Amino acid sequence: MASRALYSPRHPMLKKRDDFEDILEERRRSSDLRYALRCYTPTLYRGLVPCKASMLKSIVLQSDHLQYVIKQVSSESGESTEGVSEEASLILDEMAHCLQLSTIRFFAFTLSKAFKRLFRSVCVNEEGIQRLQQAVQEHPVVLLPSHRSYMDFLMMSYLLYTYDLPLPVIAAGMDFMSMKFVGEMLRMSGAFFIRRSFGGDKLYWAVFSEYVKTMLRNGYAPIEFFLEGTRSRTCKSLTPKTGLLNIVMEPFFKGELFDVNLVPVSISYERILEESLYARELLGIPKPKESTSGLLKARRVLSEDYGSMYVYFGHPVSVRSLAEGKINRSQYNLLPRYIPQKPSADTHEFLSDAAFRLVRIQEENMVLKPWVLIATLLLQNPDGLDLSSLAEQTDWLRHLALAFGAFLDWPDHEACSEVVSCSLALHRHLLSVSAGHVQLSVTDVPQVETTPEEAVFHQAVVVLSCASYRNQILHVFLRPALLAMAMQSANSNRKDDVYNGFNFLRKVFSNEFILCPGDSVQDFEEACYLLMKRGVLQVLEHEIVMSASGHSTLAFLSSVLDPFLQGYQVVCRYLCEETNENLTEKEFIPAVRSFALKLILAGRLKCYEALSSDLQKNALAAFLRLKAVRKVKVGDQVTLKVNKVAVNSLEDILGGKIPTQKPILARL
Amino acid sequence: LPLSLSLSLSLSPSPSPSLSLSLSLSPSLSPSLSLSLSLSLSLSPPLSLSLSLFLSLSLQEIMKWNGWGYSDSRFLFNKKGQAEFTGKRYRLSGLILPSLKDWFEGTFGANLQHRSPATPSLNLSAVAPPHLNQPFVEDLKAAGLSVSHDPEDRVFRAHGHCLHEVFALREGRIGRVPDVVVWPSCHNDVEKIVELACKHNVCLIPYGGGTSVSSALECPREETRSIVSLDTSQMNRILWIDEKNLTAHVEAGIIGQDLERQLNERGYCTGHEPDSMEFSSLGGWVATRASGMKKNIYGNIEDLVVHIKMVTPRGVIEKSCLGPRMSTGPDIHHFILGSEGTLGVVTEVTLKIRPVPEYQKYGSVVFPNFQQGVACLREVARQRCAPASIRLMDNEQFQFGHALKPQVSSIFTSFLDGLKKFYITKFKGFDPHHLCVATLLFEGDRGKVLQHEKQVYDIAAKFGGLAAGEDNGQRGYMLTFVIAYLRDLGMDYYVIGESFETSVPWDRVLDLCRNVKERIVRECKERGVQFPPLSTCRVTQTYDAGACVYFYFAFNYRGLSDPVHIYEQVEHAAREEILANGGSLSHHHGVGKLRKEWMKASVSGVGLGMLKSVKEYVDPQNIFGNGNLL
Repeated sequence: MASRALYSPRHPMLKKRDDFEDILEERRRSSDLRYALRCYTPTLYRGLVPCKASMLKSIVLQSDHLQYVIKQVSSESGESTEGVSEEASLILDEMAHCLQLSTIRFFAFTLSKAFKRLFRSVCVNEEGIQRLQQAVQEHPVVLLPSHRSYMDFLMMSYLLYTYDLPLPVIAAGMDFMSMKFVGEMLRMSGAFFIRRSFGGDKLYWAVFSEYVKTMLRNGYAPIEFFLEGTRSRTCKSLTPKTGLLNIVMEPFFKGELFDVNLVPVSISYERILEESLYARELLGIPKPKESTSGLLKARRVLSEDYGSMYVYFGHPVSVRSLAEGKINRSQYNLLPRYIPQKPSADTHEFLSDAAFRLVRIQEENMVLKPWVLIATLLLQNPDGLDLSSLAEQTDWLRHLALAFGAFLDWPDHEACSEVVSCSLALHRHLLSVSAGHVQLSVTDVPQVETTPEEAVFHQAVVVLSCASYRNQILHVFLRPALLAMAMQSANSNRKDDVYNGFNFLRKVFSNEFILCPGDSVQDFEEACYLLMKRGVLQVLEHEIVMSASGHSTLAFLSSVLDPFLQGYQVVCRYLCEETNENLTEKEFIPAVRSFALKLILAGRLKCYEALSSDLQKNALAAFLRLKAVRKVKVGDQVTLKVNKVAVNSLEDILGGKIPTQKPILARL
Repeated sequence: LPLSLSLSLSLSPSPSPSLSLSLSLSPSLSPSLSLSLSLSLSLSPPLSLSLSLFLSLSLQEIMKWNGWGYSDSRFLFNKKGQAEFTGKRYRLSGLILPSLKDWFEGTFGANLQHRSPATPSLNLSAVAPPHLNQPFVEDLKAAGLSVSHDPEDRVFRAHGHCLHEVFALREGRIGRVPDVVVWPSCHNDVEKIVELACKHNVCLIPYGGGTSVSSALECPREETRSIVSLDTSQMNRILWIDEKNLTAHVEAGIIGQDLERQLNERGYCTGHEPDSMEFSSLGGWVATRASGMKKNIYGNIEDLVVHIKMVTPRGVIEKSCLGPRMSTGPDIHHFILGSEGTLGVVTEVTLKIRPVPEYQKYGSVVFPNFQQGVACLREVARQRCAPASIRLMDNEQFQFGHALKPQVSSIFTSFLDGLKKFYITKFKGFDPHHLCVATLLFEGDRGKVLQHEKQVYDIAAKFGGLAAGEDNGQRGYMLTFVIAYLRDLGMDYYVIGESFETSVPWDRVLDLCRNVKERIVRECKERGVQFPPLSTCRVTQTYDAGACVYFYFAFNYRGLSDPVHIYEQVEHAAREEILANGGSLSHHHGVGKLRKEWMKASVSGVGLGMLKSVKEYVDPQNIFGNGNLL
């Protein structure tokens, strides 16, 4: 079905996107109470096996799969099967949702009130809703929203209720459960809870996967989960997890379902509720534990203006067509289907590829507001810009972004300066504007005296908050920007040299950005195509030449990624200079942070983003992957062993001191 | 109206085989028939001869040249638009089927105004002249064998009954056909033919009943040698019956119904009843690993054979004794069973026989849905109490079967039918769009049958099944005998279709049925078929570890430029779906050339290599070059 046209890098401009409807408009006109109590008759799956939530539990516990694992666990541990069964039943109690329409109605009422206060509008593509309506009837549906805020899943259920679609059951992290009352409320609105890590726990995995599969097979309700696993604190999409994706695809692989429809949903916010919270978290200012009282305190957020919110339901992606020619389903023929089977190597590859593609669809359909462009420019100009020049550059950037296929929501018939000043007003808490000069800065400076360290952190909060907006558009510029950087550091115009550099950067940054493994040639071609179309480059048979007018675009593009480059270099430098032989994994982030802080205080580093724990974590993951660092288990501690030669040469290449060459790559 | 004449005579030469002849002819055919009659008589050995359906060398006189079965038996819509079945051979013959038209038009979106008639007769000029290997033909003649290169004889033996084969014939398109037809009349004749074929390097394609549905009889396009169709129809005698051991030694060319009838006359049967038994031959069963409807009592062909004699280019292969089981390395019978004419010609087979059962009873059970029905069959298999035959039709097929109900003779019957329907749908609450029916056939001595029947109905009741009478059961079995005739009717009105089958473990039956049916519907839609297809299945055999599933697939091809190609693509996709859902490549139709591409995946590279090395040893010159299987 839709997946055949999953992604076409060739014609970003031709991409047709649906129009939006504001659902709050209706809510502002009619009674919320009547809305909450209205007759709800959702479209149903045609193969639905009617079943109550309570029956679900016994189906799961009786299932051949779970019974098999219970016997297996019991014979391995020596515990009685009754004991293990009891344990399974408890796990299920802890996990299971108990979706109730009354709770949904309660939420429908309260959320209507809340949304109207928080948002100017909540925009939904109704064509997407219609497609979903169709998809829901045909095959079991899995909803895959992006995850930027706690709001996401409340909003999803709210919307599905609004449009008379079946309410989803949602895989939620266990941390919500600890919130008294709220956890139970969420449970009653369809959330089921899974532990964050249960690596080796066979029984837990069996209960969990059977629970999800049973709901899917019976068409009980659409399953909703977040491919990214958790909220992205940076607003960049996170590297997708494949565990749950495998669970929802397996019934198709094993022939239990004819097909499963995956529906990527992109939820974007003009202003994110958790904005500064995230920035603080990234800087190591600890996150308040989810608690009910915390939530109540968060009521303050209700008084602020968060602009608009956009929900875009993508085209349903059929697992069947996605898997065609990639998965040989007969690999499941020789084992009874209730016996759990680890996914084979090619299944793994398929899952990861599919997950990446789905996240890319999410990215594609994220609505970008003008502020995203402004934030990008302000970050590149730490000393600020004049309003007029900001407006001018924003307009230039707007055209570039559109040419690269950005889904930009730019108000019609408004002067650019008008648009810019509106955006600045909404985000005034991150800015100082004086005498026509705009600059990122700390606005609510605390009255108490601050140490230099504190001042750096205050500024860093602003920068990281702002970066979270720039990050939203990174996926648009990513490939051309990698090419721009590769051209800068390559020592010739030869296509292979540039490609090598591109490929190197792609490898280094593949934990940072959504770059499908194995797509490097395709990405390179896409980047070339976009820049060529823009008149920045000429791509000849063996050479890539910058055109006369291309300089400013290339400079802009490479500085988009500059903070990341600098950040990774800081991590490299830290690893080289660190003398502690027994550096543990836990100590790594605080240590890099204080190292970066020192550099900033000493005036040797201007890049505040190097303080972000997300960047540091991604850099470490990349270095581990590139084998410049390896993990060694000592006792119950994991320590990091640094290959200083490798790290050094990485830093040199990143710094452009030595060009990328194959031998060096090979050594890495 | 064609005049039908039926004639039967019976002689009893020594030792005892009877001669019976039953003919059905229309006046227009009689001259050529008498000719062929005299011809065959002159050819047949003087003693112990048995004439039957295949007494004639020119089968095309009583069989359709471009469709299924007897020329006199066909479905048609009469002037009033009512369906009827012509001829006198079947229970349905001469009857009006009042609901078939509505079912046909409703299911396919077909219209009786839109006809797609077949070319009325074979255009001889479309047949390429034979590429003869003169010395070979002369040697055959010198050996006293009957040989023909008459175009009709050759065309008749150039095809089986795959859709594309029949469709091409109806359009008058003739591809590569055998150059020569030769009729051996005994094992020694075959030895002679094979020897000469090796000597002159010609390609031999054994031909039995011609009911293949795997493109097995198609002449390979790449074959440059002269192709000789070796027609076994004259090797049709029962050579002996051993009542002490309950075995019969039979020539492999005998046709199923003749074998069964002749054994019946002696008080015996083989019990092997594939749906094609009216036309398929014993040798064909062996060569394709055939399965019979009553295998639950009698077993499939591999269980029935005690001894096989086959002529190969290397010589004759056979066992030295008639022991009922042997541990002498891999069973050489299993190289022969399913070899699909690639290794040699099966000439004589010793088969198990059984006394004719005292009592036979049909039955049927209605289930609220297919899932319940499958669960019941599974339970019956678990308890190993399957009747001679038990089949479960899905809802679409149940409705299909219903459309074949003949006009009811009395108001009382129709009242009774109405009452039954009311009871099942209203009182018992079965949804007429979900209910499905199992048909049953019990066999044995009367007391045991009745006891057995009760046992099965009791199991069925546990799964919500209601006994639905003998009549429904019998009609269900009739469907399988007339389905191929119905296909010809469909083809007169832009509807094409075919059946295919698989075997699958019990736990995957439901998923496989649902997915394959859905895949068919989807593929049709995607390929631009304008009308929803008929996509239906039944579980036709039960085993300890699984079941055999049979699919019917047909659609209205109006508006399509190349319907056969689309048909083939959909069937291909359906087979992929079967394999992906844990089904086998074939349960009993065989591989032929149609399903060859999946052989390696089905039996592994090593497995295929083993088969190939056998072929290489037995037939290094590829004399048996029909290109099947490997």
